[in-house]
Amino acid sequence: MVTEKDIWNYLEEVFDPEVPVLTVVDLGIVQKVVVDERNIGITITPTYSGCPAMQRIEDDIIEKLREKGDFNVTVDLVLSPAWTTDWISEEGKRKLKEYGIAPPEDEADKSVLFAEQTVVPCPKCNSRDTKMISQFGSTACKAHYQCNTCLEPFDYFKCLR
Amino acid sequence: MNSLFEYLLRLGDDSLIVGHRLSEWCGHGPILEEDIAMTNLALDFVGQATSIYKYAGEVEGKGRTADDLAFLRFDREYKNLLLLEQPNGDFGMTMMKQFLFDAYRKPLFERLMKSSDETVSAIAAKSLKETKYHLKHSSEWVIRLGDGTEESHNRVQESLDTLWRYTAELFFEDEVDSELKASGIIPSMEGLKEEWTSYVNEVLNLATLTVPTNNWVQEGGRKGMHSEHLGYILSELQYMQRAYPGMEW
Repeated sequence: MVTEKDIWNYLEEVFDPEVPVLTVVDLGIVQKVVVDERNIGITITPTYSGCPAMQRIEDDIIEKLREKGDFNVTVDLVLSPAWTTDWISEEGKRKLKEYGIAPPEDEADKSVLFAEQTVVPCPKCNSRDTKMISQFGSTACKAHYQCNTCLEPFDYFKCLR
Repeated sequence: MNSLFEYLLRLGDDSLIVGHRLSEWCGHGPILEEDIAMTNLALDFVGQATSIYKYAGEVEGKGRTADDLAFLRFDREYKNLLLLEQPNGDFGMTMMKQFLFDAYRKPLFERLMKSSDETVSAIAAKSLKETKYHLKHSSEWVIRLGDGTEESHNRVQESLDTLWRYTAELFFEDEVDSELKASGIIPSMEGLKEEWTSYVNEVLNLATLTVPTNNWVQEGGRKGMHSEHLGYILSELQYMQRAYPGMEW
C-alpha cells in the first residue's frame, strides 16, 4: 500500500521546468497530498498568477505518479494561501545558488520608491558588490543582476511575500 | 443581473485588456530589459484575468470557461476601464498609463482581500503581491522620465494630460457595487480615491510633473460603452477563436 510519505518522495523527482534544479517540493508549491488507496489527490499553488509552467508541472506530476504505480491521480490548483518565497526549502535555496541563481533575500519595503536596494550576493564569487539590472528577468519569478566584482550577470529569485 | 458576475467581469476585463496592451510591446521595447519587463507584466495580468474569468464562469453558472469569456464576447460586453484600452503611445505614455492604474489596483486589492467571498479574497491576495512590483516599476519610470531631460519631461507631461480624463472612471460605482457591498461580498472602498490621489500627487511631484486642472472626464467602460480602440484590440485578441472556433493550443 502506498503511503502519503511515498508520494512526497515521488514528488521529489518532479522538477520545475523553468528552474530544473528545484523539485516541486523544494519550491514549496505542493500544498497537500491525500492518499485513498489508489486515488491520489495533490493540491498545488502557483508561484505567480501567470506562471506558464503550472500546466506543465501538473502534467509532470501525473506522469511521474503513473510511472510509479497504477494510481488515479488528480491535481488541484488553489490560490489560497498565496505562495511566498519563504516556502522554498533551505535545500532548495542551496541548490539555486549552486545552479547560479541567487536565492531570495529579505527585501526592503516595496512601498518606498528608490529605496536602498537589497544586497544580493553574487552566486559565483559571493561578492556583496552587485547591481540590479532589471526588476524583471527571464521568468516572472526572477530579476536580473550583475556582479561588480567578477562581472558575472546572474538571475536573482526575487522575494515574494 | 448577477452582480458578482458583473463585478468579476470588470475586474477580469481590466486585467486582460491591460495585459494585452502590454503584450503589444513584445519585441518593441526601448531596451531589452524593458521589453522583458513589459512582457512579464503582461503575463501577470493575463494570469490574473484567467483566475478571475474562471471564477466568473462558475458564478454565472452557464458553463462558460475562462477562454469563452476572454475570446467569445462582443465589445459591448467588455467592462474594462477606458484608460486601459487607450493606445500605448510611446514608452512614457505606457508607463504613465500603468502608473495611474497600478496606483489604483494596489489599494483596491488590499481592500478586496477582506472580501467575505473566499475566492475573491484569494485572487486579491495573490495579485497584490505582483501589483506591488508593478507599481514600483511604473512609479520609478514616471519619476525618471518626468525629472529627466526636457524632451522626456514634455512627452510624459503630455501623456499625463491626455490620460487624465480617464482616471475618474477608476472610482466609478453603481448598483453592482452597492449591492455587493450590502451583502458584504465587496468590502467598503472608503478612502480608495483619497489614497490614490495622495500617492499619485506624491509621485508626480517627485517627477516635477503638473497635475492637470482640467476636470472634464470620460467614462463608459464599466457599462460597455467603449472608445473605438477596443474593437481593434478584440479583432486581434479574438482572431484565432473566431477563425478556428474551439481551437486549442
